Amino acid sequence: MSDIASRVKAIIVDKLGVDENEVTAEASFTNDLGADSLDTVELIMEFEKEFDIQIPDDQAENIGTVGQAVSFIEEAKK
Amino acid sequence: MKLKRVVVTGLGALTPIGNNIDEYWDGLVNGKSGAAPITHFDAAKFKTRFACEVKNFDINEYIHRKESRKMDKFTQYAMVVSDQAIENSKLDLETLDPDRVGVIWGCGIGGIDTFEQEVVNYANGDGTPKYNPFFIPKMIADIAPGHISMKYGFRGPNFTTVSACASSANAIIDALNYIRLGHADIIVTGGSEASVTGAAMGGFNALKALSERNDDPATASRPFDKDRDGFVMGEGGGALILEEYEHAVARGAKIYCEVAGGGLSADAHHLTAPHPEGLGAAKVMENCLENAGLSIEDVDTINVHGTSTPLGDVAELKAIQKIFGEHAYKLNINSTKSMTGHLLGAAGAIEAIASVLAMENGMVPPTINHHVLDEKIDPKLNLTLNKAQKREIKVAMSNTFGFGGHNACVLFKKLEA
Repeated sequence: MSDIASRVKAIIVDKLGVDENEVTAEASFTNDLGADSLDTVELIMEFEKEFDIQIPDDQAENIGTVGQAVSFIEEAKK
Repeated sequence: MKLKRVVVTGLGALTPIGNNIDEYWDGLVNGKSGAAPITHFDAAKFKTRFACEVKNFDINEYIHRKESRKMDKFTQYAMVVSDQAIENSKLDLETLDPDRVGVIWGCGIGGIDTFEQEVVNYANGDGTPKYNPFFIPKMIADIAPGHISMKYGFRGPNFTTVSACASSANAIIDALNYIRLGHADIIVTGGSEASVTGAAMGGFNALKALSERNDDPATASRPFDKDRDGFVMGEGGGALILEEYEHAVARGAKIYCEVAGGGLSADAHHLTAPHPEGLGAAKVMENCLENAGLSIEDVDTINVHGTSTPLGDVAELKAIQKIFGEHAYKLNINSTKSMTGHLLGAAGAIEAIASVLAMENGMVPPTINHHVLDEKIDPKLNLTLNKAQKREIKVAMSNTFGFGGHNACVLFKKLEA
């Protein structure tokens, strides 16, 4: 697992209170990991802080799974 | 319309002297002080460096982190005590009509710790707002009953009362009246507060409201003592299940006592100082007695507001003597704040519980830390000094007064057979 993926995973485990093994690339924040709309907003903010990036609202709407978050961050950090 | 009768059928408490009802009562009758040096934040530069904190408490033992992290501490305390009270009441959640169960909570300040953290975080940044989406729903004072309703599915009346240190007495009185009027069968009521924080301690220090007896915290809360120098900040919560009498009887509930009545008044005098003659305080006891249909001779005990401030304690006793006359000498007057400190918006709840338990156990908890009586206080009054006193209690009064001049008074009475 890439460094980015493991840091993303750690944030999700911390914020959503889920088990590590539930945080798969395909897992949806809302459908699989129990996040509500506020949790999702918080996750995006945590990603911005952790990776020192900006995630505009219109792009945040496209980040619904763990894998999508990792891809977005990897792209932003290139 | 005929008002319905209301009884207490469940209790829960998380206090600086005990983390459940049994521990709390044990602390009360044994005169235990909850005061100690502050551990919640670095108070080294503060005028007051001690408080009555909740001890040996880990929220993870009660609620999953997934939920608790969305709550300020005042809401976490609310969850713990409401759970205790609901369990204690033995309510059958399966058969209960959730539309007939409400939650009316008291909180004077709300999530001030959350507020501080978020604002400090913003102030330390570059001006870009990075507020957490849970900031507002953690901070607002009404969120605790919201969380309780969501946990249990209670869809009856739901709100928080805010009247500073009278908040949870106001909540209890509202709960009483809503059940009396038939709006609900059961109301989970009480209050919680978590204000042992830098901003709260600094703010109350600036008001000169807090004791600064840093060399001896355990004796700092000393209501009626000549050398009292302010109140001691406390934190925690208390919950009571108020239930319509027939409803409680029908399900075979244990009934602690009846909530006989509530009184409400304002000082209309000063932001923080009580009326020197205790006008509002006298009025609230008078209208509480009237509301309960009781006379002064019926009252056995008064758990006073008695915060250990120079002005407040004297004004309240003057008010008691004005209303009760000669009967004042037959009362057991006590201030449990001498042990718990002042839980602000939760004070009315944990003190109401103290009154209910005193009645239940036939024992009046003491006013501890008494050394020398203030010469402005009538020495013939029985202030239940230093040691608990045995007494058969039929009617117990509980007073709470808040900054802004809000006064609330509740009367509990033994259920007549």
